[in-house]
Amino acid sequence: MNVLDVENLTVEFPTRRGVLRALDHVSFSIAPGEVLGVVGESGAGKSLTGAAIIGLLEPPGRIGGGQVLLQGHRIDDLPYEKMRRIRGKQIGAIFQDPLTTLNPLYSVGRQLIETMQTHLPLSNADARLRAVRWLEDVGIPAAKQRIDAYPHEFSGGMRQRVVIALALCAEPRLVIADEPTTALDVSIQAQVIALLRRLTQERGLSVMLITHDMGVIAEAADRIAVMYAGRVVEIGGVAEVVRHPSHPYTVGLMGSIPVLDARVERLRQIEGAMPRLNAMPPGCPFNPRCPRTFDRCRDERPELMPARQTAAACWLYA
Amino acid sequence: MTETRTILEAIEVTRTFDVSRPWLQRTLAGEGRRVLRAVDAVSFAVTLGRTLSLVGESGCGKSTVGRLAVGLYAPSGGEIRFEGQNLSAARAQPALRRRTNMIFQDPYASLNPRWRVSDIVAEPIRAFRLLKGRDVQDRVGQLLTQVGLSPRDGEKYPHEFSGGQRQRVSIARALSSEPEFLVCDEPTSALDVSVQAQILNLMRDLQERMQITYLFISHNLAVVRHMSNLLGVMYLGRIVEYGPGESIFGNPRHPYTRLLLDAIPDIGMAGGTNSRARAPIGGEVPSPISPPSGCTFHPRCPLANARCRAEVPRHTLDGDVLAACHAVEEGRGA
Repeated sequence: MNVLDVENLTVEFPTRRGVLRALDHVSFSIAPGEVLGVVGESGAGKSLTGAAIIGLLEPPGRIGGGQVLLQGHRIDDLPYEKMRRIRGKQIGAIFQDPLTTLNPLYSVGRQLIETMQTHLPLSNADARLRAVRWLEDVGIPAAKQRIDAYPHEFSGGMRQRVVIALALCAEPRLVIADEPTTALDVSIQAQVIALLRRLTQERGLSVMLITHDMGVIAEAADRIAVMYAGRVVEIGGVAEVVRHPSHPYTVGLMGSIPVLDARVERLRQIEGAMPRLNAMPPGCPFNPRCPRTFDRCRDERPELMPARQTAAACWLYA
Repeated sequence: MTETRTILEAIEVTRTFDVSRPWLQRTLAGEGRRVLRAVDAVSFAVTLGRTLSLVGESGCGKSTVGRLAVGLYAPSGGEIRFEGQNLSAARAQPALRRRTNMIFQDPYASLNPRWRVSDIVAEPIRAFRLLKGRDVQDRVGQLLTQVGLSPRDGEKYPHEFSGGQRQRVSIARALSSEPEFLVCDEPTSALDVSVQAQILNLMRDLQERMQITYLFISHNLAVVRHMSNLLGVMYLGRIVEYGPGESIFGNPRHPYTRLLLDAIPDIGMAGGTNSRARAPIGGEVPSPISPPSGCTFHPRCPLANARCRAEVPRHTLDGDVLAACHAVEEGRGA
């Protein structure tokens, strides 16, 4: 059974000028132990997907359709209190900025202990022991002494390690990591990815890794979902999507990234910009920028369909 | 491009900042003044129509070098020369000042939200009295077209544009005084990758058409490789490796450059067919207020020995690359 199934998830924002659809029939699933990378440009709906899954949509945003299943049980319609128990216990979350994730007034040890005791039956002494073990496990030197330190006493990379410990300490099945390395320097970024990869492998955790950095995804993910304008436009194995993309948007995206191994004279560029939510073109949302548009693209909206080695929402493969 | 005229030259430039606590607190705590050495004896030269890139992690001093290069900071030691003239002397003459300009990282913070785009782009033209009356608006229209916007966009305010379009406005503004030398401080790091490609392509087109010289500052090695002819890798205020981009990427000498190249996640790694082995650098960048003794990279360096901990390495030439490393000099562990 899949750890997570997202089926036709739709998120809407009611406004005075009508309802804006920010996520449009998003479907994917994550198997046990699998890392699914979710990529796309700002505004594509990556973070919103994560927020909708853990039930943290900011009002007036609301789920307008579809369902979210965690290990086969529906969680998108649970009352607030029940959902609160699932967050942390079954789904851990790691956000971009470690400084705003941690409470500056509590020592990191207290935050770890509180999180564990909320979700697991542990005595104070046991919880403290475990907190030290967690800090050691995420690579914080002198964990025994550092456990009583406050977040501001840690560097950015160390703070993100604490956040990872915090997300994993209640032993969830699924971790949603939203841009976990974006705020970090490159050399620290590599350390954090390696750490996340090791911990999730050791524990057989499933991860939904949201980032705009294709390098991070290529390195850490098993499968990739590419999002554009609130829809999943392509999904498939990481090597297939990166090396043999099918959707013209993915092709453009991969070509626009400068790579280290080869110097090219010109980067491929996708003309124009992503459409705004209130000005979605009819048919395929990518059609105004697509070099291979034909009549059908302007009239009919494509769903995900098998396309060579991946699945793509594109009429070229109909 | 047969001409190889040096536009900008930095000779042993140092910049320090006083980061002491206020006098009373300092006296009560019984501590002396504290000085942060943001840039330490940095030398480089940029040739007309070429790009020199500086890369490094946050806090390595690359942005300070950029600000020194346009005269926004004065060097605490050493000298910067613009076409052979001392930069601080050159800054006194508007005719020379016009010839350098800067593009900043954040296109949201670097454009005045209360000004129309046409006024933003026209400001340098008016400040240097290059054109008058109708000609100014015609020139603004031309500049906007050059960067891929429409002359009618001049009527709008910055908030009506996306991040990529705003960065195009900053580029138009930077070009409006017809500079020969542009400092670009992380011009694409606030942008999405597909937009980044648009801006990088635009910058290269402009360079070819107008022979502009760039000092390009970035933390992204792949972007730097795409843009630069010459490369300087910075660590804690020093240039640790300096030379033609192709030579450094083909055969990095300094252990920091090597580790940096190894550490960067790259789309070439997809699916386990890694062309480069992965080796995250251990440790973190030390505080520049109290840098380690000797070679400042020694606490993180796999090749460090007693000499590295004691003695500051000098730049030595290896092929066409300058590297500041005892291990490279002695031929250890290559």
